[in-house]
Amino acid sequence: MKIRVLVSLKPGVLDPQGRAVHHALEGLGFEGVEDVRIGRTVELDVADGTSDEALDEMCRKLLANTVIENYRIEKVG
Amino acid sequence: MSFRAAVITFPGSNCDRDMAVAIEQVSGSAPLRVWHGDADLPDGLDFIALPGGFSYGDYLRSGAMAANSPVMRSVKAAAERGVPVLGVCNGFQVLTEAGLLPGALMRNASQHFICRTVPLKVENAQSLFTSGYEAGETINIPVAHHDGNYFADDEALDRIEGEGRVAFRYAENCNGSRRDIAGVLNAAGNVLGMMPHPERAIEPAHGGTDGRKLFEAALKALA
Repeated sequence: MKIRVLVSLKPGVLDPQGRAVHHALEGLGFEGVEDVRIGRTVELDVADGTSDEALDEMCRKLLANTVIENYRIEKVG
Repeated sequence: MSFRAAVITFPGSNCDRDMAVAIEQVSGSAPLRVWHGDADLPDGLDFIALPGGFSYGDYLRSGAMAANSPVMRSVKAAAERGVPVLGVCNGFQVLTEAGLLPGALMRNASQHFICRTVPLKVENAQSLFTSGYEAGETINIPVAHHDGNYFADDEALDRIEGEGRVAFRYAENCNGSRRDIAGVLNAAGNVLGMMPHPERAIEPAHGGTDGRKLFEAALKALA
């Protein structure tokens, strides 16, 4: 079973990387970019039948730091 | 009196030797060297130090992999028993990732790696690590980090400050840390995490000796 975990910074947490990339996009001449936030994608291949609870625990215990990050679990096939 | 300290080394730690030398200089006893894969710590430890570096190449997040290594279960148990635990730089990141300290260390606001000596204000001079300083005193300690930007939400910050758990603040905020926080204590006061490197300010040849009092205080607290 293929799983995709999307980890993103919580709203309100300053993202220096995103800000630098935002400036770089503006430097390239792209207009109308309001905000840039950088996250992380983790692709997992897990045994069929792996429970939602187990996936959630993986995110909370390691894949995301819930002090600063949110996560979303997607089943991609 | 012998001071039975341990310095934990993770793959990618690079300040472990500095830490060991500093502890030996101040205490007169060479600390035990413990490898991250050791499930058990030596018995009867008086002090545990998690050194700086780039454990596991900062994979995933700084300190995240090390926080889940076998030895950290024993470090957590020792911390709960009241053994003093000092985490410096990457060691601080490991302690937050392990849940032993609140908050998280994010990329410096400037995006730059910062390597210089910075002035710190001693906020809490009551803890076993900081009793050698005066509250409000300014000390100079080197920093060398890319991910030292301390973050916790307002509620957590209010709690930490209300409980007197901010050990040090940056007199000049070099990395964007919220409320200038450079070092934090746990609720019991026996775990300290800090981004600046006290082990790099032990003897005059280092350019300053302001870090020495931290280790002297820990030694004195034991006696």
